[in-house]
Amino acid sequence: MVTTSTGLYFVCMNSSANVLLFGIARDLTGQSSVSVLLAPSACVSDLLITVHEQYPALLGIRSLLVAVNGEYAEADQPLTHQDEIALIPPVSGG
Amino acid sequence: MIALTSDPIDVTSALNYLQSSQAGAVDLFLGVVRDNTQSRSVDRLEYEAYDRMALSEMQKIVDSAHQCWPLLGCVVIHRTGTLLIGETAVLIGVATAHRADAFEACRYIIDTIKQTVPIWKKEIFTDGEVWVNAHP
Repeated sequence: MVTTSTGLYFVCMNSSANVLLFGIARDLTGQSSVSVLLAPSACVSDLLITVHEQYPALLGIRSLLVAVNGEYAEADQPLTHQDEIALIPPVSGG
Repeated sequence: MIALTSDPIDVTSALNYLQSSQAGAVDLFLGVVRDNTQSRSVDRLEYEAYDRMALSEMQKIVDSAHQCWPLLGCVVIHRTGTLLIGETAVLIGVATAHRADAFEACRYIIDTIKQTVPIWKKEIFTDGEVWVNAHP
């Protein structure tokens, strides 16, 4: 617990989020999903920083977007551990 | 109709689905696997999709096309898995009263699929492989 001027806060443990990987992201890590440690208040940009720290090979991809529950997510979108999170490398269908 | 499939795409079924007595135009686009890219010889392609999101993104594109053009019918089918030279990777079919709308809507749908739908294509060459668009 931490006491601050605004009140009493519980320090939450970081929790791990399961992140789905496709295409080149799956090939570079050798895994179709990875577990990423996230702070309770983490947002999409925090996830990308952490995932790149844990899996630096992913820095070799031209760009990496994040989908949350099957929708493209903005950088400041908050994440919860119930979310289905996926990394979206540059798409190349058609 | 919107679908992802690991089976060969049935063009005749798609055309039958688009039949309408009000349609003066049916525009059909097939994306087909060719045997070369940038002068490298292609052996096959491997397609992978984030299924639930690929379907919902394709639905958004079709919904948007319906708002922009008076479509009587629309079919979008994309393959997944391993595709050999000459196989159809994607089918877009549009039925409208007049041809200009059919051409424009069909073009819009395939162009937007290539930009937003989470499907990935790996080119397998005789001497290596590469995920398309993935590298800086």
